[in-house]
Amino acid sequence: MSATTLKQTPLNAMHRRLGGRMVEFGGWDMPVQYPAGTVEEHQATRTRAGLFDVSHMGEIEVRGPGAIAFVNRLCSNDASKLVDGQAHYTALTTERGTVVDDLLVYRFGPEHLLLVVNASTTEKDWDWLNSHRGEEDVQLTNRSADFCQIALQGPSALSILQTLTETPLEEIKYYHFREGKVDGVDAIISRTGYTGEDGFEVYAAPEHAEALWQKMLDAGRYGEPDGVLPCGLAARNTLRLEAGMALYGHEITEETTLLEANLGWITKLNKGDFTGRDVLARQKEEGVTRKLVGFEVTERGIARDGQDVYVEGSRAGHVTSGSPAPFLKKNIGMAYVPAEHATVGREIQVDVRGRKVAAQIVPVPFYKREKK
Amino acid sequence: MANVPEGLYYSKDHEWLRVEGETGTVGITDHAQHSLGDVVYVELPKSGETFAAHDTFGSVESVKAVSELFLPVAGEVTEVNESLTDEPEKVNTDPYGDGWMLRVKLSNRGEVDSLLSAAEYEDYIGSLE
Repeated sequence: MSATTLKQTPLNAMHRRLGGRMVEFGGWDMPVQYPAGTVEEHQATRTRAGLFDVSHMGEIEVRGPGAIAFVNRLCSNDASKLVDGQAHYTALTTERGTVVDDLLVYRFGPEHLLLVVNASTTEKDWDWLNSHRGEEDVQLTNRSADFCQIALQGPSALSILQTLTETPLEEIKYYHFREGKVDGVDAIISRTGYTGEDGFEVYAAPEHAEALWQKMLDAGRYGEPDGVLPCGLAARNTLRLEAGMALYGHEITEETTLLEANLGWITKLNKGDFTGRDVLARQKEEGVTRKLVGFEVTERGIARDGQDVYVEGSRAGHVTSGSPAPFLKKNIGMAYVPAEHATVGREIQVDVRGRKVAAQIVPVPFYKREKK
Repeated sequence: MANVPEGLYYSKDHEWLRVEGETGTVGITDHAQHSLGDVVYVELPKSGETFAAHDTFGSVESVKAVSELFLPVAGEVTEVNESLTDEPEKVNTDPYGDGWMLRVKLSNRGEVDSLLSAAEYEDYIGSLE
């Protein structure tokens, strides 16, 4: 794909001005890192605050009397449990209990939901939702072009964002949101994120993206030693990996079931029927044959995505994500292994470009922030 | 703009070579370390190993990516920069100095003629942008 055909977020020029190194990601031209570098960006988010452009994410609006029933029939979590101003993590599932996409569902009202989906799967999800319409009375609108989305994450995120809004942020509970104004413009302020830190995701009209981003940098004293840093895709990936969160296309795909991926907590088998429910119910009863685990490399070497995993000398699975963990200062990863070996403490090996490197299965998340 | 010191030889794989008598010192260029980002891991061979020109002699890894290292000329490894095990970031901070990787005894001194001069390498990386 040539650079001219890549999609751009409304912050593209801003990223270039800030010295972002731009790469292709799921059809988008996105910054992989800024001059501070991935390690600094990662640490800033863990200890202070990091700013992320996530405007490439897709937004699909579901309106109508059948909105909740429709989403509940196609997704694994129970959307009927959401209250106005609440969001949850869920998955669009196939008939085989595997994953079309993972997403957030925001409830604005009983007849108004917003699905926030992955950038590279937005078109697929849109087609899937439309081709799986049923009896429910719903209107679907692809609103991906109507929003910029900026994530401000880290222990200082709240105090920084509070200087730009009168909405009392302390009152917004985790995985809840409010509509309010940020820097004087209409915004959805959501206490959610993909870093393992406290923080917010702010949705607004795309024409306000540059001003919002700049205000957040200024409020976070970007450029000073203890200031906020803009963060690229590389830090976003290492942060979510340390926090043990799945990435679509890696831990979860159309070939992995929710239960294999340890997403039983968003698989509400008793809520009524949904796509793939029967397969998942049977899998839950019989047990999965393979399971996603976290591991830590215990000798010199860095495991990477796609490398083979060995247990007791035999090839047993593959690494879904592997990377240095900048905050933990360890080399970690996630992998699928046969269920009988998926126990904490089990020694495994990763084939790092022809060299078998020792690793050990450890609890996930690798990193958990201290709750105030 | 990447730093490309005079007096060194360069490869299109972005390694540099400093020749002193029969000994060559090898590292990666400022351009290479900058493209790679924060270096977190360097895998190097042991003293005594021999390599042909353009052989892979190790790898260097950033948080995001792995890059193989290619020896610009044939030689036998006489010394390895062991300090990069604990301080791989030296490759970023001082790629032509403390971030050096190997010293080799050159097998064929004439091979250096096939490498790029500083000016040629500068043109080469300019053409990549």
